[in-house]
Amino acid sequence: MSAAISNPNEVVTRALLRFVTLPSRERAALITLDNGFDHTKPNSFGPAGLASLEAAIDEAVAAAPKFIALTGKPYIFCVGADITGMPLLTEREQALELGRYGHRVFKKFKDSTVPTFAFINGAAMGGGLEVALHCHYRTVSSGAAALALPEVAIGLVPGWGGTQLLPNLIGIAPAAQVILQNPLTQKTLKPAQARELGIADEIFEPADYLERSLAWAEGVVDGTVTVIRPEIDRDMWDGVLFFARHQLDERLHGAVNSANKALDLLALAKSSTFENGTAAEDEALADLIMGDQARASLYAFDLVQRRAKRPAGAPDKGLARDVTKVGIVGAGLMASQLALLFVRRLEVPVVLTDLDQARVDKGVGYVHAEIDKLVSKKRLDPGKAAKLRGLVSGSADKAAFADADLVLEAVFEDLGVKKQVWAEVEKIVRDDCVLATNTSSLSVSEQAAGLAHPERVVGLHFFNPVAMMPLLEIVRADRTDDATLATAFAVGKALKKSSVLVADRPAFVVNRLLTRFLGVVTAAVDNGTPIAVADSALDTLGLPMRPMALLTMVGPAVAHHVAETLHTAFPDRFGVSANLGRVVEAGKRGFTDAEGSPDPEVLALLQVGDSPSTADELRDEATAALAREIRLMLDEGVVADARDIDLCMILGAGWPMHLGGVTPYLDREGISEKVTGARFLPPGVANAP
Amino acid sequence: MPRPVRDVVFVDGVRTPFGKAGGMYANTRADDLVIRCIRELLRRNPQLPPERVDEVAIAATTQIGDQGLTIGRTAALLSGLPKTVPGYSIDRMCAGALTAVTSVAGGIAFGAYDVAIAGGVEHMGRHPMGEGVDPNPRILAEKLVDPSALVMGSTAENLHDRLPAITKERADKFGYASQVKTAAAYQAGKLQPDLVSVATRDPEAGWGLATVDEAPRETSLEKLGTLKTPFRPHGKVTAGNAAGLNDGATAAILAAEDVALELGLPIGMRLVSYGFVGVEPEVMGYGPVPATEKALRQAGLTIADIGLFELNEAFAVQVLAFLDHFGIADDDPRVNPWGGAIAVGHPLASSGVRLMTQLSRQFAEHPEVRYGLTAMCVGIGMGASVIWENPNWKGDK
Repeated sequence: MSAAISNPNEVVTRALLRFVTLPSRERAALITLDNGFDHTKPNSFGPAGLASLEAAIDEAVAAAPKFIALTGKPYIFCVGADITGMPLLTEREQALELGRYGHRVFKKFKDSTVPTFAFINGAAMGGGLEVALHCHYRTVSSGAAALALPEVAIGLVPGWGGTQLLPNLIGIAPAAQVILQNPLTQKTLKPAQARELGIADEIFEPADYLERSLAWAEGVVDGTVTVIRPEIDRDMWDGVLFFARHQLDERLHGAVNSANKALDLLALAKSSTFENGTAAEDEALADLIMGDQARASLYAFDLVQRRAKRPAGAPDKGLARDVTKVGIVGAGLMASQLALLFVRRLEVPVVLTDLDQARVDKGVGYVHAEIDKLVSKKRLDPGKAAKLRGLVSGSADKAAFADADLVLEAVFEDLGVKKQVWAEVEKIVRDDCVLATNTSSLSVSEQAAGLAHPERVVGLHFFNPVAMMPLLEIVRADRTDDATLATAFAVGKALKKSSVLVADRPAFVVNRLLTRFLGVVTAAVDNGTPIAVADSALDTLGLPMRPMALLTMVGPAVAHHVAETLHTAFPDRFGVSANLGRVVEAGKRGFTDAEGSPDPEVLALLQVGDSPSTADELRDEATAALAREIRLMLDEGVVADARDIDLCMILGAGWPMHLGGVTPYLDREGISEKVTGARFLPPGVANAP
Repeated sequence: MPRPVRDVVFVDGVRTPFGKAGGMYANTRADDLVIRCIRELLRRNPQLPPERVDEVAIAATTQIGDQGLTIGRTAALLSGLPKTVPGYSIDRMCAGALTAVTSVAGGIAFGAYDVAIAGGVEHMGRHPMGEGVDPNPRILAEKLVDPSALVMGSTAENLHDRLPAITKERADKFGYASQVKTAAAYQAGKLQPDLVSVATRDPEAGWGLATVDEAPRETSLEKLGTLKTPFRPHGKVTAGNAAGLNDGATAAILAAEDVALELGLPIGMRLVSYGFVGVEPEVMGYGPVPATEKALRQAGLTIADIGLFELNEAFAVQVLAFLDHFGIADDDPRVNPWGGAIAVGHPLASSGVRLMTQLSRQFAEHPEVRYGLTAMCVGIGMGASVIWENPNWKGDK
């Protein structure tokens, strides 16, 4: 192993070599990958782990057994390179060596004179799947959680042979799907799919997976089992990649380096020798590791995987109170969606209330219908569905909240209405019942003011659609106590949301920043910038949705309302667009039609000025506005630090992982320093050293 | 309502290699051992539609932890049998699996089942003998049985006391012969066909594969003579003339003969009769004698009709007591021709099916033999004996 890339904190996955006697009395070498922890800490390959694997394969080959098989610890084969070591690589030479070292070790499985097998007993991702691809044959357990080459999603490429081996094993079209499309849509392969694609030659059930795999391997070596592999069609290679590149450009506007490199490597795999192909992988991987996008992706990955699980500022978990019944004020669409989420995740009684029985019945009916849909999609078994249906009820009388532990309101966004609701609810519920508001922009402290027990009021800001969006902004009001806050975090966790603690400042994080950003765009339209120009001005950021589509998704009425709230709070920075008001008044779904083209009827409504911006001007203005707003938010203490801003924008606004959220982009482009006088993150945290 | 009694047949049986307690299965669950056996039976007999299995009876002596939770039912579920297949747990100590077989056989004969799986498991490494027991204080207070009745090795010493003709030398010689016969059977490939390989995990060494019994050892009569007598100073029972502490599992398919024929299942043996008896708990090793007499009586047979014996070797002394009683030589080739528990081990509740699986294999090799017998002694003073008919027997010629 190369000392230049060693990681003192590596959790070493050891390759444990054992010679086993088969039922035939012949001898096979079995290598187990095991880092000594249970499945919650999966196997990965760091430099020391690769060294252990190299020693094991060398010893195995030298002993000339009947075959050599590689498998994992229970539930986990190997989930790939140890990415925690990547920020330690500060020189391109080190990044190159990481790639070369993996190749050198894995190649021994490919070049072995003794037949090699991978027994993919559990999750196999990235380098884990790549070492399996180097083996001569593979079986997979039908119980394996997932198989994937997710590198492109974190700014890298499958650089330990994946781009060269996979297309030549299963064909270019499926390989492009596994290497490009799946990572960018957060998809992985189930074992049966991997078998169908030809990634695995055989599939066995978990109960006797290893025994059957060993017997199968012996059959392959003896020639009693025939392995059939798909014929690789090289004629379609270029066409498939042309189409894939086109699709990527359309979706990501060419903004993702890793995807482009992966495409180049896949093209090379058509006719290159394995040596040239893997050398190209080394160069590509080194370029990416030493580039900003991969570093930003790794930063974002760390936020989503680690920071989101231990929210900054959350009080001691032990303070949380049990939530055994939930009340929801309102039975409209949002309220019904929340009822569905709560009942599915908490499995406690959830009661909806509204002004009259008809509305209540409609809300409960919606939840029941959604449960039925989940059953028909086989995402819920009938027994569980029956339980959930029985837990959801409705009442026109808020007295049903008397024994609730948490009441969530999802009524009209009007402070007066909400205060009236809380005054009424407080007369019914216990003194320690948590009162939670799902407001998107109104002050939580003002809602609590005047209540006998304001300390149990908290904000739980969900994002639409609530079943899908992973973010929950938990708002601590002036007088919210720790027990209430701890209960809110416990509920957020039970709901499987990633919670971020935010201060009770107008519109919190995501809505404040999106509104600021959309405000610049709508102001530009108001000033006469053509809608098409305004809409595409920010393409280089690689956002998942253009501004006009985002506006349509949020809904012009909601966007307009939030803008008004923020305008009241910060009139100098947040405007209220008269044209947006007209769109709302006309009941339109946005500035554009379903296809994203400007809606002629909307165009007719607009009254615009005669000082249009160019795309470049608009982009500079919008990004500067974002930088300024973030600085103000950090100064106001809206969140603990810039990382929470990024976490919110990634999880709540779909900001791309390869940008690392919003602050790494602003730092990298020099915008934060130019506009606010300083970076948001220290150099190296989310960019190349 | 009159109804015919149906003939019950032993279709097929398998077992895991037996491990030494604390040995190769130290990190393997007990239920996984028996699940492995059930799955292998189904794999080996694809003619048997899994939904045709009407019952899964699994024996374990210590029914807690991974041998608890109604292991017959949970093992059936975890083996991938349809949820419609029921199961239960059963316990008669060492004769657990044997009793599982006779119980489901009774159900088959009665017409309650067409096909059943019976087996047993004992992980003595995870569940040492006597784990969690709570003997009633009356046993001592009222002198119902001698306290030595609860320690199996002591009951073997007691049996030596009562049958002085069975010397330590004879016991050692029998133990040695068991090792020699087992080694020869392995060499000839007799045992391997019914062994189910088991993947064994060791967190420090990685995955391994168990394909042969762990307990058999090379030894000599001289060496056996030097072993300690842990149950009594200057006693006769040693690790060399008794079965060890072992981990393992067994399972077998039983069926009504007409159903086996309908499904095209192989017929290894036909059940003739079985007998269970109680004896003095202090000399539980004597149990197989009256149990066999009972089974012979029921079948209208005499000991002379039995052509092959598979006797569980919990202790050499109890096998020798049986042989002396029936006038059979210590080294009679009809007795345990492939060795026995002294060599391969005795994971308590699993052993009965091992005897049956081996007997059915021997039947196939000996069409001249019509009847065979499987018998074992049982703790707290019992004996169990089952007589089987060889389907390959073609009449006296």
